[in-house]
Amino acid sequence: MSIDLQTVKKIASLSRISVTDAEAEAMVPELNNILGWVEQLGEVDVTGVEPMTAVIPNHQRLREDAVTDGNVRDKVLANAPQAEHGFFAVPKVIE
Amino acid sequence: MSDLTDLTVAEIRDGFRGGEFSAREVAEAFNANVAAAKALNAFIVETPEKALEAADAADKAKAAGDALKPLSGVPIGMKDLFCTEGVQTTAASHMLEGFRPTYESTVSRKLWDAGAGMLGKLNLDQFAMGSSNETSYFGNVISPWRRAGGDNAALAPGGSSGGSSAAISARLCPAATGTDTGGSIRQPAAFTGISGIKPTYGRCSRWGIVAFASSLDQAGPMARTVRDNAILLETMSGFDPKDSTSLDLAVPQWEANLSSDLKGKKVGIPKEYRPDGLNAEISAMWDRGIEWLKDAGAEVVEVSLPHTKYALPTYYIIAPAEASSNLARYDGVRYGQRDLPDGAGLQDMYAATRAAGFGPEVKRRIMIGTYVLSAGFYDAYYTQAQKVRALISRDFEQAFEKVDLLLTPTAPSASFALGEKQADPLAMYLNDVFTVPASLAGLPAMAVPGGLDAQGLPLGLQIIGKALDEQTVLNAGLAIEERAGFAARPDKWW
Amino acid sequence: MTESTYRIQGATGEWEVVIGLEVHAQVTSQAKLFSGAATAFGAEPNTQVSLVDAAMPGMLPVPNRECIRQAVRTGMAINAQINKWSRFDRKNYFYADLPQGYQISQLYHPLVGEGEIEINLDEKNPDAQTKRIGIERIHVEQDAGKLMHDQHPTRSYVDLNRSGVALMEIVSKPDMRSPAEAGAYLSKLRTILRYVGSCDGNMDQGSMRADVNVSVRKPGHEFGTRTETKNVNSVRFVMAVVEYEASRQVDVLEAGGKVVQETRLYDPDKNETRSMRSKEDAHDYRYFPDPDLLPLELDDAFLEDCRQSLPELPDAKRQRYEQQLGLSPYNAATLTADADTARWFEALLAEGARVQKKSEGEVAKASANWLLSELYGALNRLGKTLENSPVGPEEGAELLALVADGTISGTIAKQVFEIMLETGDRAPRIVEEKGLKQTSDTGAIEAAVAKILTDNADKVAQYKAGKEALFGFFVGQTMKAMQGKANPQVVNELIKKALG
Repeated sequence: MSIDLQTVKKIASLSRISVTDAEAEAMVPELNNILGWVEQLGEVDVTGVEPMTAVIPNHQRLREDAVTDGNVRDKVLANAPQAEHGFFAVPKVIE
Repeated sequence: MSDLTDLTVAEIRDGFRGGEFSAREVAEAFNANVAAAKALNAFIVETPEKALEAADAADKAKAAGDALKPLSGVPIGMKDLFCTEGVQTTAASHMLEGFRPTYESTVSRKLWDAGAGMLGKLNLDQFAMGSSNETSYFGNVISPWRRAGGDNAALAPGGSSGGSSAAISARLCPAATGTDTGGSIRQPAAFTGISGIKPTYGRCSRWGIVAFASSLDQAGPMARTVRDNAILLETMSGFDPKDSTSLDLAVPQWEANLSSDLKGKKVGIPKEYRPDGLNAEISAMWDRGIEWLKDAGAEVVEVSLPHTKYALPTYYIIAPAEASSNLARYDGVRYGQRDLPDGAGLQDMYAATRAAGFGPEVKRRIMIGTYVLSAGFYDAYYTQAQKVRALISRDFEQAFEKVDLLLTPTAPSASFALGEKQADPLAMYLNDVFTVPASLAGLPAMAVPGGLDAQGLPLGLQIIGKALDEQTVLNAGLAIEERAGFAARPDKWW
Repeated sequence: MTESTYRIQGATGEWEVVIGLEVHAQVTSQAKLFSGAATAFGAEPNTQVSLVDAAMPGMLPVPNRECIRQAVRTGMAINAQINKWSRFDRKNYFYADLPQGYQISQLYHPLVGEGEIEINLDEKNPDAQTKRIGIERIHVEQDAGKLMHDQHPTRSYVDLNRSGVALMEIVSKPDMRSPAEAGAYLSKLRTILRYVGSCDGNMDQGSMRADVNVSVRKPGHEFGTRTETKNVNSVRFVMAVVEYEASRQVDVLEAGGKVVQETRLYDPDKNETRSMRSKEDAHDYRYFPDPDLLPLELDDAFLEDCRQSLPELPDAKRQRYEQQLGLSPYNAATLTADADTARWFEALLAEGARVQKKSEGEVAKASANWLLSELYGALNRLGKTLENSPVGPEEGAELLALVADGTISGTIAKQVFEIMLETGDRAPRIVEEKGLKQTSDTGAIEAAVAKILTDNADKVAQYKAGKEALFGFFVGQTMKAMQGKANPQVVNELIKKALG
């Protein structure tokens, strides 16, 4: 399955990474190369095989319902590019 | 006192305890080496004061007759993928330039609590994506090794833990942390003639480590000897309730139980790891390794891991897929860089920030990952890859019914020149051919130096063990170390 | 199962409406689904946020047992299949209220499978239609943070307090066919959640909200294209959305157009739905299993514990009230419509039975009537609720006991109640202090009756001549003379006797 410029732009958009036309053009053969190579997995017979769900047999632990965290607003906002009045600020969104 | 920097972790630990030298002397010696090695670009941030702080605490405790900690007096390098409280953590990316975590990763916390000191944050491939340390925003790391015969080409220290491997082999630190997702501890160790171990998946907590591929990432030590690796791994390992994939098992006493006697052990040699085009020197080193293990008492047997050739493409579907999602949080809202062009709305801010913040290899992998997860392709790529992964894992299980460990080369070549493999990303990916399978199966795997090639560059052997059997892996590593007698070191050109 | 008769009349004929609801209900728990930060409503911005909620580099999720438990208990309350093995998936998209850039949810293998809820379309009518609405699944997922747009001209503000709070997403089958059914379903679901205690159902605060899926079709035809109107936060609005959307779609189709499958928002001020600004790529969420989490496996002991912890549920309770307590269907329905009301009523009953030394069945009718008319009337007047009622079940039971044993009449009881509300004093004391005990002293009453009849001889004659309504006059006058403290039954008997 090979991808074209249109698809590259669409993926870039889905990934929220802006690309110039030139960059997108350059990515077409690069990505096609990689995708063409991984496609060989299609030849493996996987009849009756379940996708791997856990790398090493282990059980999902559940935590106790207790408030053990939070109340660290200073830490949460410490690295914010823009924080005001206790909020993170972003360009205005119109819903 | 430059010979202090030739000491191993065990020698520093024991020498300090025995009163042969003070912790401060050790820290000062390594700090000096670090300061004099900027040409290698192994460190993104140097923290000599932190190394001294830990050293002074150790000296004080010793003077007061207080109990000493397991790593008192030992300074180490910290790969800049581990979040360190109050100290810049970048993952070698412009995206996190200036990010100062308000928290400490579990693994680094364990090391500091054990008395170790931090020499600095080590350079790496950006977001741990790479095999040559050529994708860092802060510049390439240059291997301290050079080809014999006057060729001064700058060589790759391997990746992604290239800063760690370069620093250790150049004696800027006796040991360092690394992380290994598809070979990022083992391959750089092999390229620079040191040892490194990726433990069983879940041994070390991932909490506070910048995530690349969640089902593959594992922290691990890198050092010049197997014993050092055992010592560090003991401190780094252990159950962390904050990590759902963490194993709730006691940490074995790997150092105390080290033994290079392999009588009764069976070593498997997977035939698929010796394809026709395998580099002759590496093949020869591998054969020597087989002899060493026999000499240590092991029986050697050929085994088959039939799905080996599918491991790399499986990895290059799963890892980018997980990464594309893990890296979605880097959006300029809550931390890291923000790029806000004039009049940009929220989504534009995201696109601009991520375009400016991520390097080309990171973008490539995010795009691959996004693509293989996207509607219409999920089953063909991602689900298929997870099934093949199960088969690869089964191959190992079946092999381990017959043998206790596997011996293979670590990398398909010695270190190469920086820039040599830039033309084609795929060429770079092929570096991971021997290391990726053990990552997919979550098995413990270690690289130990096996010798030098004709150009005087290190070659490494890889030992893969059963899940949770780091002991056998370390023991076999020790057996090889004792017989390989690897004493080579890079000539100081920096 | 009764067929709905709701239809929209169009130029080309009748249209049937098909409705499905996806309800997001915030789970009642101390801490969030994957982090230990608190879930309480109304805190200062970003104070109930852990580093995990803020999606700092290297953070990892660990699920909260109570959130899982609440979802399982809810599933059991709707007779749903509980999946012992389930898994978390990531739903990937970019928005400022979603710090991770993905929401941890459950797409492929949800915690709860198919269930159902019975709805009653007219609670007042015991013979009213009931209908079973199917539920497709319930899964748990993270709630998003909040974006505030009105604080600044060019900036929006992000508060992550709500980010990571556990939600149950309850997905109905498209079984509803009218606004009334949709309203009844949502109401009943809310009641069940409050009974189970897994969600407070507080739609104003946003702890429960509905996405309304509406499509139309000619009866008997295939399902039409549906639209989804998101985040509707009241039963009334849900019904309004159904009405509006259905009509709008009929208009579109009758004009020869096609219904666009899209997401819409409801504007309560204009009572209309509007298409949301189309988000490009909004629908490719690239779901995949969250690799930071292992599959969720529940054992039998856990499930049994959940089952044991379930209270009597509304349908069962209503039936018991009717059959064992002898309450009218309307009263039973009203009392069980809300968990807190039923709880209050049962406390009143228990106390009443204890004080009067009778069975609950014997005191039930009077208790129910008093609660529903006297108490509710007073609470409405005072602008209070059961929660902050000045009179509690114990005090109410005391009052009712005094009527039951004849100490005071029903009329006097109303007076006493007023005084209780005003002063906070308890009934026996009030009756004592104000000397309100009614008398059954036949001698005194006889004397009073005799006087009334003598003073009103003309009316007596009229009564005997056939004006029977005057009996009430005599009763009234006697009661007045006795200052209301005569036992009405005795008064009636004695007047009858005196009149011959």
